[in-house]
Amino acid sequence: MRLIQETDFGTPASRSEKTVMLTIDGFEVTVPEGTSVMRASQEVGISVPKLCATDMVDAFGSCRLCVVEIEGRNGTPSSCTTPVADGMVVHTQTGKLKDIRRGVMELYISDHPLDCLTCAANGDCELQDMAGAVGLRDVRYGYEGDNHVVARNSDQPNMRWMPKDESNPYFTYDPSKCIVCSRCVRACEEVQGTFALTIEGRGFDSRVSPGMHEDFLSSECVSCGACVQACPTATLTEKSVIEIGQPEHSVVTTCAYCGVGCSFKAEMRGEELVRMVPYKDGKANRGHSCVKGRFAYGYANHQDRILNPMIRDTIDEPWREVSWDEALSFTTNKLKKLQKDHGKNSIGVITSSRCTNEETYLVQKLTRAVFGNNNTDTCARVCHSPTGYGLGQAFGTSAGTQDFDSVEHTDVVIVIGANPTDGHPVFGSRLKKRLREGAQLIVIDPRRIDLVRSPHIKAAHHLPLRPGTNVAVLTALAHVIVTEGLMDEAFIRERCDWDEFQDYAEFAADERHSPEATEQLTGVPAEELRKAARLFAKGGNGAIYYGLGITEHSQGSTAVMALANLAMMTGNIGRKGVGVNPLRGQNNVQGSCDMGSFPHELPGYRHVKLPEVRAIFESLWGVEIDSEPGLRIPNMLDAAVDGTFKGIYIQGEDILQSDPDTHHVAAGLAAMECVVVHDLFLNETANYAHVFLPGSTFLEKDGTFTNAERRINRVRKVMSPKNGYADWEITQLLANAMGGNWSYSHPSEIMAEIAATTPSFANVTYDLLEEKGSIQWPCNEAHPDGSPIMHVDGFVRGKGKFIVTEYVATDERTGPRFPLLLTTGRILSQYNVGAQTRRTANVAWHEEDRLEIHPHDAEQRGIRDGDFVRLASRAGETSLRALITDRVAPGVVYTTFHHPGTQANVITTDYSDWATNCPEYKVTAVQVTPSNGPTEWQVEYDAQAKQSRRIVHAEPAE
Amino acid sequence: MSPEKLARMANQITTFFHSKPHDEAVAGVADHISNFWEPRMRAQLFEKLAEGGEGLDPLVIEAKDQIRPVKQTA
Repeated sequence: MRLIQETDFGTPASRSEKTVMLTIDGFEVTVPEGTSVMRASQEVGISVPKLCATDMVDAFGSCRLCVVEIEGRNGTPSSCTTPVADGMVVHTQTGKLKDIRRGVMELYISDHPLDCLTCAANGDCELQDMAGAVGLRDVRYGYEGDNHVVARNSDQPNMRWMPKDESNPYFTYDPSKCIVCSRCVRACEEVQGTFALTIEGRGFDSRVSPGMHEDFLSSECVSCGACVQACPTATLTEKSVIEIGQPEHSVVTTCAYCGVGCSFKAEMRGEELVRMVPYKDGKANRGHSCVKGRFAYGYANHQDRILNPMIRDTIDEPWREVSWDEALSFTTNKLKKLQKDHGKNSIGVITSSRCTNEETYLVQKLTRAVFGNNNTDTCARVCHSPTGYGLGQAFGTSAGTQDFDSVEHTDVVIVIGANPTDGHPVFGSRLKKRLREGAQLIVIDPRRIDLVRSPHIKAAHHLPLRPGTNVAVLTALAHVIVTEGLMDEAFIRERCDWDEFQDYAEFAADERHSPEATEQLTGVPAEELRKAARLFAKGGNGAIYYGLGITEHSQGSTAVMALANLAMMTGNIGRKGVGVNPLRGQNNVQGSCDMGSFPHELPGYRHVKLPEVRAIFESLWGVEIDSEPGLRIPNMLDAAVDGTFKGIYIQGEDILQSDPDTHHVAAGLAAMECVVVHDLFLNETANYAHVFLPGSTFLEKDGTFTNAERRINRVRKVMSPKNGYADWEITQLLANAMGGNWSYSHPSEIMAEIAATTPSFANVTYDLLEEKGSIQWPCNEAHPDGSPIMHVDGFVRGKGKFIVTEYVATDERTGPRFPLLLTTGRILSQYNVGAQTRRTANVAWHEEDRLEIHPHDAEQRGIRDGDFVRLASRAGETSLRALITDRVAPGVVYTTFHHPGTQANVITTDYSDWATNCPEYKVTAVQVTPSNGPTEWQVEYDAQAKQSRRIVHAEPAE
Repeated sequence: MSPEKLARMANQITTFFHSKPHDEAVAGVADHISNFWEPRMRAQLFEKLAEGGEGLDPLVIEAKDQIRPVKQTA
């Protein structure tokens, strides 16, 4: 193992297909037109000295270190800003160049501290490297004069000196070490797109400044880490590097937060993680990161992490730490007895969308092959199950159609029910980059998300619809396209079922679907909607990106079909820059669906009723598989309350906090006799558990995650599991204790079984992943290299299917008792139920959930900003502090759900999507009133949680 | 689950299929329930249908004979 050092080519790659040939230091080089001389040199291994250039940002030409001589041209141009030309003859090292470079370095070093030995960047400092490269031996100017380096100049305070800014929890800014190369400022602009940094002052006064001379934490900085990565000196340095020192080896792995699935280098010293650095060759993130993946991994070592198995007979007892053997036999006895007394269908599993494909596969196999039923479900039930159903119906596959690179070719983007800059930040940055290049944006969201207007980004249209009216708005868009003749008839005739389109067009064209007719209902101005429809239909490559604001509704599946209709009628499927793109929530929610986590289908989305599919698994597993669909999560809870569902093994999911209608979830869990929670922490669900099996983090195991673009990425073990076992080993221990007789010795063997049984994974192996870095399924004989874009020559199902999408209002309606509509979402720094991010320094940005309320609604109720308010629905009530903002429309309130103390899901109801039972999180009728603090329920809950988390530690062995 | 919730879930499915031609709608409702409802839920639905199907959308009642029967098992 070694430290992976990616080559820095100095300037970004040119996309030109035309090539030019030139000579550099006697070597002939052929590169794409538009490449810089610096990059061309690096292509043949000649590193021209540089400081202000790095290939994550455009050339800047400020440091003058990269000068070269070009035959037939005057002077010494900077190689980063000079494009190659045919026949050009370049010299990178001449007497003149050597003198210039040494002079430049001498000036830099004359205003830089010489504490190299004790500097955190020692061993990873480009300034030091360049001083060496140019042969700097002396600084004739001395260090006494005007400088930014020392706090005091001969007993006088040095007014130019600035103290270190340590406000950000993860990195420091030490202005005394800054060489003002602007790499951080440009990374913030070009890569992240936040524009939080600038250079203040002129000449010798120039300084990097977050915001308006603020500290990093109080500025607009989102702590993505791009500036730290760009910095060539110790000016911006990870605190972990300052504390630990430089890493000595690194391993490429995949982030375990959201569905973007960024590749990172885990940079290590022994088994200690020094830092996570985004990997340039990562095809999802292309070298970028967000605050979570880059910095928020401290939960892995948090004191709350449970490292020993624990059991108890009843949930009012304290936990008892026991050996693995005792925990497993306790569990096995209970589960077997339940099946004996209540039938084989009385127990089930929940697979984790946080765990690997291999682990998920094993958990569904546990219930199908060992428990003998199909009672398996996963958290996709509560997020993207309508995507699976809707896209499966329309196109024939339950997945997004594009890769993330596709956004670079998009001309018009619809973002609906998603907030990428918070929920999927690295994709958000890639989208913003494309928007700054001129692509147009249509935002359909009840809330004015950041994309509607932020620095250098402005949506062409924002359609602020009333929560619950997605289908009405989408059908109105289709109405405009159909009635104004904006559809792509050639595409529809060739690729879709023309008769079905005719039926659909007739339906959409009906006057009752016009924007004018639906305006009253949706709250979207008709004229604005018409303009948006015209723009999407005729603006070039149109791409749709959506999130849970689409799926988590009574009509979630219908809305997904409506999106598919829009894409097909405008011909926006099957090439770069277009498509229907679900932004998946969890790191492996795509994978957990692919792996057969749903109760009605085996891996690869094949229904359990099909005998030929069951036969594949039956012959391999040597068991008979039930042909009946099993229970979905909400059905499990209902059956538990009815007394027919008694035991459950939950891997890596906190249903008590994350599922809707907390009271109902709690009642279901309380009614079960054996709840086994397999997790890192005593999560909220564990309050109702009888067995706790400690889990491993993504750093502690091998496997694969599949991201939102169907990309299978490797997860690589960088340290030993602190709990003793990787999660797949724990499932195997449980399966074997139940009589499963499994013998996997490495996740690659599980992947081999997946490939052998699942056509879309047929050619996937760990060797191929090693060779290619990542693969997008389907990967089989027809697509040996995987499939970045789907439905290229035809839809998977044959002809694309237009489905009539009649709008039906949800039963959840406002009225005198509950006059406001609550919708929910996420924030950048926290992740879902917050089990991980709340146990990191990310709490610096978001220490509590707040209720966003419009000034008008707040004033009517006498609520001031920061006041405690009571939030009540027909399901329950909670309290939290108000945040007054016009981001939400009057009549709409919004909150995040990251903190268990708030328990936003006490409020949400048990209404769900008609097709998939995906809960309707995004619409709840509520009332908001002033309050003095936590509700009685919150106090009781907190007491019960504390009571439930007591642990009696095992006596140390003699 | 409560009879009201069961009826609501069944009726939600019919709402989607109401916009289809009648025979397709009946088959669609039956298929959807057969494919996604666990036997316990179907058994409860059949019970409700046997009692006359009060509160159920007529499409569910019509789909009755096309819904996958529940095998009596332990």
